[in-house]
Amino acid sequence: MKKKNQTSSSNKYWLAGLSLFCILLMVLSLVSDKPEGPLKGIAGITVIPMQKGINQVGIWLGDISDNFDTLQDMKKENDRLQKKVDELITENNNLQEEKYELERLQELYKLDQNYADYKKTGAHVIGKDSGNWFSNFTIDKGSNDGIKVDMNVMAGSGLVGIVTKTGPTWSTVRSIIDDSSNVSGMALSTSDKCMVRGDLMLINDGRIRFEQMENNENKVQVGDQIVTSHISDKYLQGILIGYISEITVDSNNLTRSGYITPVVDFKNLQEVLVITTTKADLTGKEVK
Amino acid sequence: MKMKRAKRIVVTVVILIVCYLLQCTIFGHLTLASIKPNLMLIVTASFGFMRDSREGMFVGFFSGLLMDIQFGNILGFYALIYLLIGFINGLFQHVYYDEDIKLPLALIAASEFLYGLIIYFLMFMLRSEFHFTYYLSHNIIPELIYTIVAALGIYPLILYLNHKLEAEEKRSASKFV
Repeated sequence: MKKKNQTSSSNKYWLAGLSLFCILLMVLSLVSDKPEGPLKGIAGITVIPMQKGINQVGIWLGDISDNFDTLQDMKKENDRLQKKVDELITENNNLQEEKYELERLQELYKLDQNYADYKKTGAHVIGKDSGNWFSNFTIDKGSNDGIKVDMNVMAGSGLVGIVTKTGPTWSTVRSIIDDSSNVSGMALSTSDKCMVRGDLMLINDGRIRFEQMENNENKVQVGDQIVTSHISDKYLQGILIGYISEITVDSNNLTRSGYITPVVDFKNLQEVLVITTTKADLTGKEVK
Repeated sequence: MKMKRAKRIVVTVVILIVCYLLQCTIFGHLTLASIKPNLMLIVTASFGFMRDSREGMFVGFFSGLLMDIQFGNILGFYALIYLLIGFINGLFQHVYYDEDIKLPLALIAASEFLYGLIIYFLMFMLRSEFHFTYYLSHNIIPELIYTIVAALGIYPLILYLNHKLEAEEKRSASKFV
């Protein structure tokens, strides 16, 4: 009995000690990001290489579980997609027309601003957040490859998120559907600014919310593009976020809000592009 | 004796890392309604009640630390939560028997529920997201169920490894007598 009491009291010391250590770590990491440095290095040589390998197996398994979708679902999906293709073809024709018009007008105005010309580097997604509450993921490039915190991440033509953490050979990216993510966006057609907020409740619907768009006489409608705005201090201007799928005037009659369908398929991200210029580089000041 | 101790530590670390890797990679592709099971919690809880509070604490601390390094905002946050969960599970070591699977599952479920509540309160409610019932029914409960299902597969494995190690430790201890 005596021995048991001894071990349980020493356990309490361990508990207190480790808890204190955790709290100390928290305080330290709030003050500076130095304590993480060596730990990141350790993770870089232990966990990350294995994550890279195993993730291939995961992708394969994911494919298999996708194959379980029944034929009926596939047929329905096919019908839906066929309709979509028809829609898109007409839309495309219209757009082509408009494009020629735009080119003509641009020539007239000598406008040649193309925001999509940022320098990018590709990276593989090697791991996802260990919990279900947040939507972070790790990529296989880190500070050794020139990745820095606050670099924007895209997939295809759409915005995926922002680098929040870098290790020597890996970095963590917070996606824009994450509940704690806020992106300053604007409607491409009218340049009305809004905040695009990630929301855990909408993750399964594949939508994100936008808020605080001024309720003025500018017509913003369903289907309009939302891009990152020029006032954001972290996100580069003009990266496509998605298309408005629903827009309503708020009860205060001053602002509008609604939902965006992002252009990126966040469920099946495998490769992403990291833009190697940050907004701070462009504006020439250190963002605090 | 030292060898045995080192062996136990190595086996524990391997279990920990394997589960973490599975969680971040393969289970990321095997989500149901974008929910995946919490393997780290299974490991932490089972080491807690199978061994004792101290081992539960250490396993919890290191699994939490792994998450903090890769995905956390504040270093030590998950480490502290998992540490406490490991410790609390260790308190049930006296009433734990190998043959009984009900208690381990109940403990894992309870830990998972507690974990969900803590995360909700600290990371969501404090950011004024008050739809508790939504998070309960769409995150906490589904994760709990999926974790229990995963525990049915993983817990016997951990139990088996623990048995083997314990048997070896006993054998070498009796040699000295």
